[in-house]
Amino acid sequence: MGEVLVLVDHADGVVKKVTTELLTLARVMGEPAAVWVGPGYNDAASATLAEFGAAKVYVAEDPALNDYPVAPTAELLASIVASASPVAVLVASSADGKEAAGRLAVKIDSGVITDAVDIDASMTATQSVFGGSTIVHSRVTSGTPIFTVRTNAVAPVPAPGAATRVDVSVSLTASATKARITGRTVAAKGGRPELAEAAVVVSGGRGVGSADGFDVIEKLADSLGGAVGASRAATDAGWYPHQFQVGQTGKTVSPQLYIANGISGAIQHRAGMQTSKTIVVVNKDAEAPIFELADFGVVGDLFTVVPQLTEQVESRKGA
Amino acid sequence: MRQGDKFWSVAMKIAVCVKQVPDTWAEKRLRADDSTLDREAADGVMNELDEYAVEEALKLVEAHGGEVVVVSMGPDRAGETVRKALSMGADSGIHLVDDSLHGSDALATSYALATVLAGRDFDLIIFGSESTDARMSVVPAMVAERLDLAQLTFAQKVDVTGDTVTIERLADYGFDTVTASLPAVISVVEKINEPRYPSFKGIMAAKKKPVETLSVADAGLDASKIGASAAWSGVADFAARPPKAAGVVVTDDGDGGLKIADFLTNQKFI
Ligand SMILES: Cc1cc2nc3c(=O)[nH]c(=O)nc-3n(C[C@H](O)[C@H](O)[C@H](O)COP(=O)(O)OP(=O)(O)OC[C@H]3O[C@@H](n4cnc5c(N)ncnc54)[C@H](O)[C@@H]3O)c2cc1C
Ligand SMILES: Cc1cc2nc3c(=O)[nH]c(=O)nc-3n(C[C@H](O)[C@H](O)[C@H](O)COP(=O)(O)OP(=O)(O)OC[C@H]3O[C@@H](n4cnc5c(N)ncnc54)[C@H](O)[C@@H]3O)c2cc1C
Repeated sequence: MGEVLVLVDHADGVVKKVTTELLTLARVMGEPAAVWVGPGYNDAASATLAEFGAAKVYVAEDPALNDYPVAPTAELLASIVASASPVAVLVASSADGKEAAGRLAVKIDSGVITDAVDIDASMTATQSVFGGSTIVHSRVTSGTPIFTVRTNAVAPVPAPGAATRVDVSVSLTASATKARITGRTVAAKGGRPELAEAAVVVSGGRGVGSADGFDVIEKLADSLGGAVGASRAATDAGWYPHQFQVGQTGKTVSPQLYIANGISGAIQHRAGMQTSKTIVVVNKDAEAPIFELADFGVVGDLFTVVPQLTEQVESRKGA
Repeated sequence: MRQGDKFWSVAMKIAVCVKQVPDTWAEKRLRADDSTLDREAADGVMNELDEYAVEEALKLVEAHGGEVVVVSMGPDRAGETVRKALSMGADSGIHLVDDSLHGSDALATSYALATVLAGRDFDLIIFGSESTDARMSVVPAMVAERLDLAQLTFAQKVDVTGDTVTIERLADYGFDTVTASLPAVISVVEKINEPRYPSFKGIMAAKKKPVETLSVADAGLDASKIGASAAWSGVADFAARPPKAAGVVVTDDGDGGLKIADFLTNQKFI
């Protein structure tokens, strides 16, 4: 069985859930081989990769890898492709992931398909395009197929692998080090699940009215163990930090449950949440276009509906 | 070179890549014959994020002196999008137009754009961070790779001082400050500025600004690397997703939260 390279998405030494999804998908096509780029590979990470079927883990650990965006990852992937001749390469559909995949495609002269929601054994990818209105099946027709895969597209299923470590030496070229990271600004983060990965996302828009108003949104999110999202109107107003923006220029999310509160449903917002499995809407304007997407909607004031819902969730959970 | 001082700064030569896309609100669909985007079915507009790219280029030239060249690959009517950028204030345009480009994938598009951009001594090449139709977010990185230039993408802020460019790159956790020497490739997000509307004067002036129209042969492109037949990836088939069953919408009578809770309980979310 051919090797399928899976680029590991990790933060603070922890393997992100999307990687376990990619490993699950990779097993359909061949034998998964994970690629860890950056310092901090550790036993827990190795255990996670093994649990989801990585036969090998290529580890490139030079601390310098943290100093340059995207280009070094593409360079390392290209060198592993050259030596391991994999049958496919899978990368998460994050901003960094897509760009690394794009640069890799140029380097190895191979086709790239972005935002796949499924890939079958014949390496035909499924893409959900135009805000989910059209389902496309596409194939890479030249070179080693490269796919970027959306978070939450497949359910991770464990299947043990050896996760045998294979060290990869790093010597970055001048081309990979032209843009240097000189500072990292980390916004305060709470104890909530990561927006892109969360099974439940509770979002607030202009209707929330103020930064303090987000309190009701956060309480509902916490009762459901979900993440908090925001529309651009809310992030632009400074009520909620930009990294929580959902939409065309924010995160694309596809949770099991998306609850939109005080959001009108502009096309740019829909672009980031339309493929959510179940959508609940609270908006005081019955004409708001967001209701077109609703599986269940309430026309009403979010400041009465949402706290009542939170209270119900809390009491029913306890029951 | 002192920033903001036209007499002492070396004038910048900036390219902005703009894509014509179907109107944001239009229903988009694929053509039955060759599975490419039906670009005739809707009005074409400049990709929204590319307006921010044009604006950023204009602002940089206002501060440092220099010129803005807008570059677009697309069918005849993409010429309108080039004119729009000129009416905002760009100085000249390059329109790569050729029937054989139809159906190009991201590899082919980045190859064509990189070939047109190469050898023209641009200090900066500015892109939008994503198109609203295909939404790949890969073309800027691929062009940087092809031209062997620094990649400074997803910028919410751009600063040029001397021959150094520094951006704030959006990230999950906040942002990274990323810096490089010119020349470089940049892509911008919508946080970065507020694009200007073309003025009447700007629209009139745009009519007289030069636009170089290039065919595949003019641009020196290898015909075997472009268009649908050369694509590295292709669509096997497609279908409209079956419409979602209409949901239930109720008006709050003091029990709206309760009703949602019932729905969530039914759906096993609680
Ligand atoms: C290039 C570009 C990129 C963009 N990218 C994004 C993006 O990534 N994400 C994004 O979200 N937007 C994006 N936008 C902006 C988008 O067009 C909309 O402006 C934005 O989504 C509106 O946010 P909103 O729905 O919160 O606000 P509004 O459209 O003002 O809607 C507020 C809603 O709240 C309701 N409301 C008010 N008070 C209450 C209350 N007490 N209870 C219940 N309901 C109430 C109102 O009825 C209304 O429907 C982008 C725009 C551009 C041009
Ligand atoms: C629904 C759909 C899905 C597709 N999926 C794939 C796929 O999986 N793989 C693939 O290889 N191709 C795919 N294509 C083809 C793809 O649209 C083109 O290759 C396109 O040129 C590059 O993708 P993008 O528009 O998403 O670019 P992005 O990378 O999102 O564009 C970023 C920026 O690049 C610049 N830019 C992009 N195109 C041009 C242009 N023509 N002229 C000037 N500047 C430009 C703009 O500044 C833009 O803001 C798809 C097309 C459609 C319609």
